Amino acid sequence: MCLAIPGKIKSIEYQYDGLVRMARVNFGGIIKEASLDMVPSAQVGDYVLVHVGVAISIVDEEEAEKTFAYLREIGDLDELTESSQIDRHAV
Amino acid sequence: MKHLTEYRDPELVEQYIQELHRTATRPWTIMEVCGGQTHGLVKNGILNLLPDLVTMVHGPGCPVCVTPVNLIDKAVYLAEEKNVILCSFGDMIRVPGSTKSLLDAKAGGADVRILYSPLEAVRLARENPDREVVFFAVGFETTAPANALSVVQAQKLRLKNYSILASHVLVPPAMEAVIQDDDTNIQGFLAAGHVCAIMGTGEYGPLVERYKMPMVVTGFEPVDLLQGILMVVRQLERGDYKLENQYTRIVRPEGNPEARRIIEQVFEVVDREWRGIGNIPGSGWAVRAELADFDADRKFSVSIPKVPECSDCIAGLVLKGIKKPRECSQFGRACSPERPLGAPMVSSEGACAAYYHFSMSELVND
Repeated sequence: MCLAIPGKIKSIEYQYDGLVRMARVNFGGIIKEASLDMVPSAQVGDYVLVHVGVAISIVDEEEAEKTFAYLREIGDLDELTESSQIDRHAV
Repeated sequence: MKHLTEYRDPELVEQYIQELHRTATRPWTIMEVCGGQTHGLVKNGILNLLPDLVTMVHGPGCPVCVTPVNLIDKAVYLAEEKNVILCSFGDMIRVPGSTKSLLDAKAGGADVRILYSPLEAVRLARENPDREVVFFAVGFETTAPANALSVVQAQKLRLKNYSILASHVLVPPAMEAVIQDDDTNIQGFLAAGHVCAIMGTGEYGPLVERYKMPMVVTGFEPVDLLQGILMVVRQLERGDYKLENQYTRIVRPEGNPEARRIIEQVFEVVDREWRGIGNIPGSGWAVRAELADFDADRKFSVSIPKVPECSDCIAGLVLKGIKKPRECSQFGRACSPERPLGAPMVSSEGACAAYYHFSMSELVND
């Protein structure tokens, strides 16, 4: 129900005599329409998270990197990488 | 695809699993609230990879599942008796009411349509001015803006033939109801990422303080889920309790102000009955009285008698994380996704249905 998928805005157009701002969003090759009412600052090229035909958030690309930096922030990524090569099948 | 495949990186998944094994030194029980997260944990086999010390229990986070039987009966009645075009999301169509589902009604000739978005229902109303179009609007806070937007668009387009049958449920009151249940034994939460994308994180801080329980706003991909679990476990091991946000690429502290404004414009907070759980005060949204023309319940004055839920079903215990799906004597026997007895089996995001569909015989963290 709360499934939402990030996609890239390919184009933006106004519908219903200019009443509604809609985007064409590319989800890995599949293009679908999405309302931009909830993300008025979204522009062509932005990644947006789309849920039931409505873009609900712009993906923050800098913040997206933080997930990958989290293990490093813990302070033992190098050690972990070494052990993961040894223990790859241990878990 | 960027922002999706990178969060499914097997090597990073493995690193997170190993870090979890190193971090957990005592038994911990964590609830993921959202059915989408339950689905992600089960589908990706994550439950099997977690340390034995970390037990995930599944929350009430499937709005389709917790929609009361009586509301489904109302939707069926509208489709059959009022000759409306009754539209909803695909998973809602299959959910059984007291005698039949919307799919059964469709098989009997009612005009029931599965749509991807409520905005498609507005378009349908515009194209069919001689018909009434009703959208069965279920969902948590994530889906409320889209359903509200459909009402606002219908109003702007001056449509007289569009309304919604609203069945919105809210996550924080449900989390509090779960915490307050004496039989639950939850020590930390993964808070639902897409709910927080809309509402922000403001409602969770007071819960963290009141119940001294860590909560981590978490995304849905394998790496998201594992990082969220690790963040909760690290807090628990330190004896800490605070609100953290794993899903910063999507969730801002203030949520989405535009979405919150449109929700406020269309909905007001009401007490709401949850299928399998019962009434939870202040846990739902209903269409505001001034928008009664767009509220199918008021517009058609639907009155359907309530019927009791199935007594063989332990849905309430599953939805509160007290029992696991396979602890139910009916699981996979009298109760299946094709013939669900109760709430958590009715939609693919319900905990019972997720267990049924994926690795039913292989789940070890069960």
